[in-house]
Formats: sequence, structure tokens, C-alpha cells
Amino acid sequence: MRIGKKVALLVVMLFVFSIAAGCGGGGGATQTGEKSGDAINVGLNVELSGGVASYGSNARDGAILAIEEINKAGGVLGKQINPIVRDCKSIADEAMSISAALIGEKIVAQIGPLTSGDVAGSTPVMMENKVPLIAPAATAANVTVDDKTGETRDYIFRVCFIDPFQGTLMAQFASDNLNAKNAVIYCDNSSDYGKGLAEYFEKTFTENGGTILAQEGFVKDDRDFRAALTKIKGLNPDFIYVPGYYQEVAPLIKQARELGITAPIGGCDGWDSPDMVSVAGNDALNKTYFTNHYSSQDKDPQVVEFVEAFKAKYNKEPDAFAALGYDSVQIMVQGLKDAGEADPVKLTEALANIKDFAGITGKMSIDDQHNPVKAGVILEFKDGKQVMNTRIQP
Amino acid sequence: MQKVKNKWRKFASEILILAAIFTLVQYLVTAGLLNQYFQINLASMCINVILAVSLSLINGFTGQLSLGHAGFMAVGAYVAAIMTNMLDLPFIIGILAACLAAGLAGFIIGVPTLRLKGDYLAIATLALGEIIRVTLQNIDYVNGPAGIMGISKLSTWPWLFGGVVLTVVVIVNLVNSSYGRAIISVREDEVAAELMGINTTKYKVLAFAIGAMFAGLAGALYAHYFYIIKPETFNFLKSFDILVMVVLGGLGSTTGAIIAAVSITALTAALQPFPAIRMILYALILIIVMIYRPQGLMGNKELSMKTFGRIWGGRN
Repeated sequence: MRIGKKVALLVVMLFVFSIAAGCGGGGGATQTGEKSGDAINVGLNVELSGGVASYGSNARDGAILAIEEINKAGGVLGKQINPIVRDCKSIADEAMSISAALIGEKIVAQIGPLTSGDVAGSTPVMMENKVPLIAPAATAANVTVDDKTGETRDYIFRVCFIDPFQGTLMAQFASDNLNAKNAVIYCDNSSDYGKGLAEYFEKTFTENGGTILAQEGFVKDDRDFRAALTKIKGLNPDFIYVPGYYQEVAPLIKQARELGITAPIGGCDGWDSPDMVSVAGNDALNKTYFTNHYSSQDKDPQVVEFVEAFKAKYNKEPDAFAALGYDSVQIMVQGLKDAGEADPVKLTEALANIKDFAGITGKMSIDDQHNPVKAGVILEFKDGKQVMNTRIQP
Repeated sequence: MQKVKNKWRKFASEILILAAIFTLVQYLVTAGLLNQYFQINLASMCINVILAVSLSLINGFTGQLSLGHAGFMAVGAYVAAIMTNMLDLPFIIGILAACLAAGLAGFIIGVPTLRLKGDYLAIATLALGEIIRVTLQNIDYVNGPAGIMGISKLSTWPWLFGGVVLTVVVIVNLVNSSYGRAIISVREDEVAAELMGINTTKYKVLAFAIGAMFAGLAGALYAHYFYIIKPETFNFLKSFDILVMVVLGGLGSTTGAIIAAVSITALTAALQPFPAIRMILYALILIIVMIYRPQGLMGNKELSMKTFGRIWGGRN
């Protein structure tokens, strides 16, 4: 009996000690295989597991591609860029812990996380240590601006447009290009993303002379949308706006078409996933449009080159998150060149002054709220393929 | 006489050890020897210990499978954040209000659901945890799904350490009191306990409310450390994380829950450099531990000064 206890206790203690030892390695200043002396360390704090893992891993792929291209061309400021990739599990407190670990590795900037909430978790650590964070796809307005004081957060930047812009874009597209006179909004009520887009869509659409017939809502993880869709069918709208994420939108569109709703349906960058086609099917997706940061079919030579390089390396089509991850690295490199040295504070100043930077996702200038002023595109699903419809410059 | 003396000696040594741990970490923090990364993980550890120990009272000692612990944590986090961030009240009021609100929520939810047993109770508590989360999502005052951002960082080491000590002391003493005996009898055999004249519903609700109260405390400390709280943080996966700690530590062992909470927090941190295979490794380690220690790391035994003395001193 006593022997058994001894063994059990030993196992417990070994377990604890081995973990403690491992923990020391994780937080330490240097790591095997990751040289830090002559390279510029860049942290990639992205979601590789959890709710939005597909966003994070695509952004990582884009960022890594950019870093490899730059390193092949001789690096920046005569140094190679050394990416340090970490998974924040789509949790805000994990994002904070990882930022602190990355700062221990003397990073010059952090790329990611992708969602606004995870960026918020990372924010205090970046601000305290004066290291810039470049968010590829965090679209909530208060990511870069403190909504209590109205002050811009000095070290937080983004390369994507903010939510309101997407609602405005789609409203303009609906009234100008689709000649819609009335519309129904069916939005994701469980995210401020869906709510924010719906609000700005309504504002612009009514300003353009259209009427909103009704506003319905769904929540995350809903699977049956038939009740609300039947009601919408009765209203017979010219256009249906569905701002939400692909998990819910894909079955929603499938059910809408099954109920015989033929009106065009519009959405936002949350739709951008291969799962849309596999869940909703090719036919259901015809006459659906969504706003996005970029299109892989853009004929711009810079985009074509990026798409080919990405396909060659990963054997898949780059989505917007990959393009935004790529642009995040490129804009950081531009900042490093402008700053003239790999210093986080100098890089921050340079980033704040970037003008007319030609990225994959459009020409952008950083404004005084650290948001890029840039164009957006409208994409259309045609027989299961995303086809670029038009580009709208703000 | 000897017994009384020993008791005092034990009490004094415990106080000394606690004071030593506290001062050591406090010194390391103020002297800047503990970097930010370790501080953040230390805070996570403290919060997880409070959560695991409080859930172990419900799941381990009372034997009521609750899957809604994150819901009570959410209540505490939101109440505390509203108090300090929106109403500008002192942190201590926020913490007290958080504990009270979460305890009350535990009581209100406990009275109807604790009449259920086993799987039914698990489902009911899971659903109630989700109800709390979805309710928060739809309250505009707390910014709905976006949550409250920009909460001041008030959970310093003294608060975290104090929270852990308070939780452990209250729960260990509760378990060892006559109330605790009644609570354990409910776990062992509810019918027999009832026959012995124990008001099982009363004790179940009591354990549930106290467990919820400390989850509220953990929530308050969490909110004031991690800058942002949003309903999504407190989804059922968070409840499962806490449950994993309790089961891994051993149902019915407070020290087991503490060891498991500390180990799991450290483990997730230690696996950070392997982003691609991190969750696989984590799951694998849990599976291996469960295969070789199905009763959890500690079973229902406690680790105390006495255990160390017995094993190495050879006395028994």
C-alpha cells in the first residue's frame, strides 16, 4: 500500500516538474533552431485551433509566403526575417499570454490575431511593451481606437477595412448595380460584426432611396432558418442582406433556395470559405454576392503573381485572409525600410505615416486612426466559383 | 494537550509557508525578475485553481455533475466589470458583488435543477450555462457579443493569491465540517443519506451555491486581468476545461484539483512553441494520464504535510 502511494506521488511530481521545465523553455529568451542574433524576429500570433482556425492558418500561410519571398530577395535592412508562429486557440487570454512570450523573443512586430476580440486580448501587452501589432482582419472600430477616450491606440494597426465600410459597399452595390428598391436584412444577431454591418447597410441603402422591409436575426450555431425565410419569402424583396459567418450562412442560403426564394442575396467577408460551396451547393449560390478585401481573379499583375506563388507553395487558392496576412508582412517590411532600423518604436512611427502602399488587397494609406483607406471588391458565386464582379473605391 | 500543541504547530507552519510563497513571488514581481509571460501564466494558474477547487466541491465532493461552471464565472466577470469599469466603484466592491451575484445565480439555478440526477443534471447545467452566455450576448448595456473591452488591470498578485487561499481554506474547512460530512454522504448514497435524516436537497444547493460563488470570484479576477471579456469566452468549452482539471486531479480531492489546474495551465503554456501539434499533444497527455490513473492524479486522497512526513519519515 505504501509503495503504491510512493509511486503515485512520484508520478504526480514528475508530471509537475516536467511541465515546469517545459514552461521555462517556452518563456525563455532564445530557442533552438530559431536564430535571433542577425535576424529580425517577427511574431505570428494567429488562431490555428478553435473557432476561427481556418482564418488563422490561411493568414499564416500568406504571411510565411511573404517572409520567404523577402528573405530570398536578400531580406530587409540586410537582415533575414525570422517568423515565430504561435497558436492563440481563438481565445483572448491565450492571445495575451502568447504576445508576452513573443515579446520575450524580442520581436519587432506582431502579425495577428485575426478576430477583433483576440486582438483586444493582445492589445494591453503590446501597448505596455511598445511593440506594434498589425491586425490582418480585425474589423471592429474599437480595435485601433479607444472608444472611451476616442484616442488612437498608438501601437495597433490593421490592413483591412472596418465593418461599416462593408455594409456601405454592399448597399451601394445593391442599389446601383442590382437596382434593388427594397431589401430585407437577415443578420447574425450574436456577433457585433453582423449587427454593425446591418446597421450601416440600412443607413446607406435608405439614403440611396431604398426601403428596408424587415429585419430578422439568427444566432451562432443556428441550423434551421426556415421560419424566418418563409416570412421573408412572403415579403418578396428585391434583395436580401445576410451579414454573418459561413457556418450559418451556407445552410441558410441552401434553405432559402429550397423554399423558392430567388432574390439575390448579399453578404460580407465572413462568407469567404470553401465550406460555402460544399454545404450550400453550386445552384443555391447563384445570384449571391459578397464584399471582400480582394479577389484572387483580379487581373492586376501583382495579384496574379501572388496567387501563382501561393498556389505553387500550398497547392490551394489563397483567400482574403491569406492575402491580408501577406499584406501585413509587406506593410511591415515597408515600415522597416522607412524606419531604417529594426526598432519597434521607430517602426510604429513609420507605419503610422505609410502612404499609397501597393498591397495585394489594394492601394492603401494609413489614416490617423490607424485604419487603411483602400478599395473593396464585390464577388459573385457562379456555379460554385467565386467570380469578381466589381471593385469599389471609397 | 499534546494534540492542541500539534494543531497550533501545524497552523503556524501553514501560515509560514503561505507567507513565504506570497513574499517570494511578490519580491520577484516587484524586482522585475519575473517576466510578463510568467506573470500572465501565474495569473491563469491562480484563476484556474479557484475554478477547479470550487467545481471540485460540486462535482467531486457532492457528486453532482455540473457542466455550467463557466456560466457562473461569466456572471462574476460581468458583474465585477460593470461595478469597476462602468460604475467606477472600488475593486473590492466589484469582487464582493461578483461573488454574491454568482452565488445567488447558483442558488436560483440549483433549487430546481438539483432535483435531477446524473445525466439529466449534467444536461440541465450545461443548458443553464449556455443560457447565461446567450443572455449576456443580447444585453446591449454590456455590448452584447463584443463584450466589455478596456477593463483596468486590478487583479494584482496579492488579490490573486488571496483569492486562491480564501477559496482553498473555505472549501477545505467546509468539507471537513459536519456540513462537509453531510455533503459527502450525498455523493456516497443519496437514498441512505436521506434515510439518516439528511436534507439532501439543502446540502446539494448549499454546495452548488458556494461553488458558484467562488467561480464568480474567479470570473472577477479574470476580467480584471485579461482586459476584455466577451460571452464567447465563457462557452461550454470553458466549463469542460475546468471539468478536465477536476477529473484529472481526482474527484473528491482538493489538492488533486490544485495540482491538475496548475499542471494543465503550465502544460498549455509549455506546448506553445509547437503550434501545429499542440492540441494533439495536449489530448494525448490527458488520455495517457487517464489510462494509467483512471481515478485521477490523486484519486480521492489529499496531499498534505502529513503525507510527506509519512512517506519520507517512514512513520505510519
